[in-house]
Amino acid sequence: MVNFFLLILIYSGIYALMAIGQNLITGYTGMLSLCQAGFFAIGSYVTAILATSLGWSLWATLPVAALLSAMFGVLIGLPTLRLKGDYLAIATLGFGEIVRNVLNNWDSLTGGPMGIQRIPMATIFSFTINPYKKWAFLALVILIVVISYYLFERLGRSRMGRALQAIRDDEIAAASMGINVTKYKVWAFAIGASVAGIAGSLQSVFSLSVTPNSYTFMVSIMVLCMVVLGGMGNFAAVILGAFIIQLISYFPQLTGLSSVIPPQFKQILFGLILVVMMIWRPQGIIGVRSYRVGQKKSKAKGAK
Amino acid sequence: MGSLSEFFQHFVNGLTLGGVYALIALGYTMVYGILKFINFAHGDVLMVGAYIGLFVFDALRGSAPLGAWTFIAFFLAMLISMVLTAALGVVIERVAYKPLRKASRLAPLLSAIGVSFILSNSAAWAWGTQSRKLNYPFDNTPFEIGGVVITPHQVLVLVVSILMMVALKVFVDRSRMGKAMRATSLDQDTARLMGINVNVVISLTFAIGSALAAAGGMLIALDFKAYPTMGMMLGLKAFVAAVVGGIGNIGGAMLGGITLGLLETFGVAVFGIPQAMKDTISFAVLIIVLLVRPQGLLGKVVREKV
Amino acid sequence: MKLLQTEKLTRAYGGVMAVNEVDFSAQEGLITGLIGPNGAGKTTLFNNMTGLDIPTEGKVFFDEKEITGFPSHKIARLGIARTFQNIRLFKEMSVIENVMIGRHFMTGESPHKKRLTNMFKSYFFMESEEALMLENAHKWLNFFDMDEFANEDAKNLPYGRQRELEIARALASNPKILFLDEPAAGMNPQETEHLMDTIRKIRDTGVTVVLIEHDMKLVMSICDNITVLNYGQKIAQGTPKEIKNNPLVIEAYLGKEE
Ligand SMILES: Nc1ncnc2c1ncn2[C@@H]1O[C@H](COP(=O)(O)OP(=O)(O)OP(=O)(O)O)[C@@H](O)[C@H]1O
Ligand SMILES: [Mg+2]
Repeated sequence: MVNFFLLILIYSGIYALMAIGQNLITGYTGMLSLCQAGFFAIGSYVTAILATSLGWSLWATLPVAALLSAMFGVLIGLPTLRLKGDYLAIATLGFGEIVRNVLNNWDSLTGGPMGIQRIPMATIFSFTINPYKKWAFLALVILIVVISYYLFERLGRSRMGRALQAIRDDEIAAASMGINVTKYKVWAFAIGASVAGIAGSLQSVFSLSVTPNSYTFMVSIMVLCMVVLGGMGNFAAVILGAFIIQLISYFPQLTGLSSVIPPQFKQILFGLILVVMMIWRPQGIIGVRSYRVGQKKSKAKGAK
Repeated sequence: MGSLSEFFQHFVNGLTLGGVYALIALGYTMVYGILKFINFAHGDVLMVGAYIGLFVFDALRGSAPLGAWTFIAFFLAMLISMVLTAALGVVIERVAYKPLRKASRLAPLLSAIGVSFILSNSAAWAWGTQSRKLNYPFDNTPFEIGGVVITPHQVLVLVVSILMMVALKVFVDRSRMGKAMRATSLDQDTARLMGINVNVVISLTFAIGSALAAAGGMLIALDFKAYPTMGMMLGLKAFVAAVVGGIGNIGGAMLGGITLGLLETFGVAVFGIPQAMKDTISFAVLIIVLLVRPQGLLGKVVREKV
Repeated sequence: MKLLQTEKLTRAYGGVMAVNEVDFSAQEGLITGLIGPNGAGKTTLFNNMTGLDIPTEGKVFFDEKEITGFPSHKIARLGIARTFQNIRLFKEMSVIENVMIGRHFMTGESPHKKRLTNMFKSYFFMESEEALMLENAHKWLNFFDMDEFANEDAKNLPYGRQRELEIARALASNPKILFLDEPAAGMNPQETEHLMDTIRKIRDTGVTVVLIEHDMKLVMSICDNITVLNYGQKIAQGTPKEIKNNPLVIEAYLGKEE
């Protein structure tokens, strides 16, 4: 039971990273991206491939995973971000599926539908982070989530964060205030993608094997739900959202009702969450922006 | 087989595929034209339509052998499925989109994604994840005309999709309600001031789009089977078709659907793109169109008025 | 000196000549009015001078350099700021943040170069820069007597205040020239009166002002120069007095304004 709870926490952490990225893209900049799963997959496979074939350590593959995800982000972002936002949703939806398509078919590199097994465990100095001993792995995940949270929260408060929100509220006004709208959108998209790539790397050294089936559209939807449920534009809320969604997702196993509850239960619930939140509480369960200029920082913290 | 007849063979195949894409694309384009919003759930509405058609057809047919009755039963099933699916489309709009008309631009999109997920997973729950084939209501033995092999199914697809598109075009261009639709898509506020009941127009738009999707879904299920997630890729492609033709433009959706169908067929047959990567073609087309001609083939450049 | 100038500027939408071969100019340090009946092409002319729209033909010069077809964020950085006929605030952001956005491109050591390094600098050394921005933003809120609203969401301000906030945001970018599209629309007479004083005050700080307005009393009393458009064409240009007595203008406004 404790082990199971630790597992949920670990997945909450991994997904929280993706949700943090999604929050920058959607909550801050107002762009609807539907392919965090794609970037997650890219990060996972980068780590899996580099670790198994070249023997790279997690710490060497992490930056590559982040960078490559960001590059793919720029690649689909550039043609679509210049246009009205809706196209991005479709292009990213397609991109996520194509990533999976490629993973399934590029056998020589990705192992096709069988994926890649026997990924070496991560190590810190000479200490091996064995995913079967969940405490150590959880500590690693928490460390990375905390660092990411700090960096992104700061980004949100910076000049760039403000520019992104301006773009979300009114692109035309933002441009006429001297903000290079396309540039910032591409940056936000790339940064949001890169953190999903990092989440992917962690996933690889946690499950020690990767298969294309772990990176379906459903993953992207879960991430979206985390952001919508927690509250768009608030990084702490989004992490809370990640935890709640993971709880829901493991609810049947947690309560021992998995034989009674149909497997579609959680997906239907995720769909309902999106609809219901949009209609009744679009600001999320927390419903307060994490930071406001000019207010005391302690007060902003208290609002979380 | 000469290369000319080979060409025509691919052409006919592409045309039938494109006809179905066009039927589905119309739903995206009509809704976009009026609400300026992409109805993500459209593909899943199509899936529901395919299942309803499948069940009704099986019930009507019973164990009857192929013949005149199965043929009639198929069209009855199509009619019933279109009516029920239209109702579903209207309900979805009322429940999940209407309360969000004044909300931020993201809200209806997110709500639509939620609806899409609810539909496809409810279908998996209720009807299982295995794919089901909609049986041909006729003997589908191919026949040959001038070296081109055509199946009766292809004839059915072409006839049905062309008839429906012509009917739609006439309706939108000629009827009072069609005029109201066009007026609403140009300027909702003015249309309201002119006494048009915008809510009725929007409901009607969803009804027509969903009904056409149901027909399209059934035609697809004859050949490729029905399954709960069939709406995703089909929806994506139909959307690309709508964008290629010029989103918001009814003629454009038809043109875009056929263009995409042809591109896919020729991409695989002539340019040797592996079958497994066929779905990638439409995505590449989307990106290229967005780069080169974002307004689509028949669309007009619109600049937001400030 | 002509700070801003257009040369046969034309913008056609399909068959509609929204702006037709217009030679417009704004003298440095003065208030220039742009008037004309509804649909005359005033907003379109603004959009074509501020980069939100690209002219089909003709040229735009600012400070004697051609800027035709520049994207709007580049134009903003040259010192051209504007407001919108239908208020365009950053609704979900606070009042003070709206004004801070005005200074977005002013931060960092050089406003035009090394933007990437500036981006990182503003991230890692955020606090000092933020304090400066905040101070400046408060200065502009104070100018409009809006200090009390600083932490309010922009969307919750009363209408007249929203118009003022839009001007404050524009001014925060230290523009050389300020375009105002119907700043008094929807204001009551007292508010309009107050706005007129404010616009004069802005001019006195050295900012060149161009404004579109339907309120003739306002236009005639504060503008140094007026240009009149009708059906996309310039039909007159001159001092308020000249414009008042111009028969073409009277005809264009037939029954509307003497
Ligand atoms: N984006 C656009 N697409 C098509 N036509 C446009 C567009 N923007 C403006 N027009 C047309 O150009 C003409 C001039 O419009 P504009 O908004 O510039 O007038 P205006 O002088 O600002 O009027 P008002 O006093 O009502 O604000 C009008 O006929 C308008 O319909
Ligand atoms: Mg105007």
